[in-house]
Amino acid sequence: MSEPAVEAIDVTRSYELEGGVVVNALRGVSLRIDTGEYAAIIGPSGSGKSTLMHLLGCLDRPTTGALRIAGTDVSSLDDTQLAQLRNETIGFVFQSFQLLPRISATANVAMPLVYRGTSRAERIERARTALESVGLGHRLDHRPTQLSGGEQQRVAIARALVSQPTLLLADEPTGNLDTQSGVDVMHLLEQLNTDHGVAVILVTHDHEVAARARRRIRIRDGLIESDDGAHSVADQSVAP
Amino acid sequence: MRFAEAFRVALDALRANRLRSILTMLGVIIGVAAVVILVAIGSGAKAEVEKQVEGLGSNLILVVPGSLEIGGAPSASRLELTDVELLGRAVGDASAVATTVQSGELVRVGDKEVFTTINGTNETVVNVFDRPIARGRYISAADVDTRRRVAVLGSSSARKLFGDVDPIGRQVTIAGVRFRIIGTFVDVGSTFGVDRNAEIHVPVTSAQRLFGVERIDALAVKAPTIDSIPAIQKRILDALAEKYPGDKFSAVTQTQILGTIGQILGLLTLVLAAIAAISLLVGGVGVSNIMLVSVRERTREIGLRKALGARQRDILVQFLIEAVLLTSIGGLIGIALGVGASLAASALSPLPAEISWWSPLLAFGVSAAVGIFFGVAPARRAGRLDPVVALRTE
Repeated sequence: MSEPAVEAIDVTRSYELEGGVVVNALRGVSLRIDTGEYAAIIGPSGSGKSTLMHLLGCLDRPTTGALRIAGTDVSSLDDTQLAQLRNETIGFVFQSFQLLPRISATANVAMPLVYRGTSRAERIERARTALESVGLGHRLDHRPTQLSGGEQQRVAIARALVSQPTLLLADEPTGNLDTQSGVDVMHLLEQLNTDHGVAVILVTHDHEVAARARRRIRIRDGLIESDDGAHSVADQSVAP
Repeated sequence: MRFAEAFRVALDALRANRLRSILTMLGVIIGVAAVVILVAIGSGAKAEVEKQVEGLGSNLILVVPGSLEIGGAPSASRLELTDVELLGRAVGDASAVATTVQSGELVRVGDKEVFTTINGTNETVVNVFDRPIARGRYISAADVDTRRRVAVLGSSSARKLFGDVDPIGRQVTIAGVRFRIIGTFVDVGSTFGVDRNAEIHVPVTSAQRLFGVERIDALAVKAPTIDSIPAIQKRILDALAEKYPGDKFSAVTQTQILGTIGQILGLLTLVLAAIAAISLLVGGVGVSNIMLVSVRERTREIGLRKALGARQRDILVQFLIEAVLLTSIGGLIGIALGVGASLAASALSPLPAEISWWSPLLAFGVSAAVGIFFGVAPARRAGRLDPVVALRTE
């Protein structure tokens, strides 16, 4: 379990607002997360943790610095290749579930496979298996609106799973859930991490949630403030 | 993403907003239906006129004073009855020359009366034109020579004046003068609601006295073969030029008349179709508008799909298919409506309508193209959405 799932070297991300004001959301972040790791990124709002998560999820590109996801340098990829990388290596779990309300749980879970060109029969089969593995084998044809919040988030986790990613990014996965559902979802994520060896990165400001992770990376003002599990790799520069 | 899947997603999205989809389609439906109906009426009118002109008889040359131009002022006729003989000599066959002098007159039988066209003709009409007699006989040379007051009735005039009674041998009063009925015509149908069956034929000499005129309106010459037409046209015009120096006459064939009418009706059809196409264009703008709304509404969905691995092209194709589906389903409904309305129009009203095979195809093609054209801008906007921004949209 020493393959890096994600490697960031002095990554910055700045935005130019209307009127020419430049916002430096990330000011030089170096980070390595290996396959099979379970890490939480914590920090107050405005700290840059969402920006970091978008970069790690290949939804965005760094302004400067190198970012390697599953061994591929993101800066060398065009939009189409980036989409493919997302599709094949990254699973997302969002705070607000982001399920399409009009289609069934199975269809929601199968969606990443659509963009991979998987046949319809195989998509349905794999979506079923994924839903069964999160304990929703009895909710296959339900629509998201017919499910509880906890169930919806489990559908979302199944959707993240179905493409067999190496990295699972969860953005406040328990933020919209009651305590019990939140605990269930956390158990599920931990189980995925241990059973399937998927690297799980949680973005949260819930300390209880963060406390369950094996590694905590604290972000403040666009820099890593502390990291209790940093790898002592040669190419990792130290934040100033 | 596979095409079939994009198709399914697009269909699903349209179904989710059923009312909006239908209202959006309405613009295209009306446009396509209008194109189909107007083209059908235009080409129906053309076919009907052609049928009528051809139905006059074959190898016909019509001789009229002045020049035969649409939009030109009608010329006062200086032709007279002796010109029938003149042309007979010019052509070499007096039985191939027919004449007409027409006027609208009140016709009465007992307490029934109709106002109709009285056509003063000679005995050659049955040789020259295709106008079969149903009962009795047509006007004879003796009728013309002795100015007999005899009449041949069109089928609808006979029905209106006599009902089921056989009119042969009965009297009819035309403009106050009594005529004896000697025959009736076979039904020839109507053109644009103008009933050719209402015509009443009387000997040209009797008609001239009845109308108080010396002139005749036109002459018709039947050429023995199609190849002889140009030579005969020339001989006719030469003979008339000699008799009426300085006057202009026209000797035109059905083909020439058809050409002129065809041009005019073709242009008319084109203008009608162009007007209808404008509404199709407006329908397209409606589609574009609704697609923009749809892209905005589904920004989060687009962001999610992109996060899950949809490429720019996948999103673009999905929305483009949605736009094309909107217009082509609308197009199909419009075609069905247009064909139905055209068939109903030709069955229930005097408007002739003829569905040409190309107009529904063209209308469908155009509506699908409208979908692509007006769908591209919203679909590109959808495809280019930044997933980070799109996912954050509430």
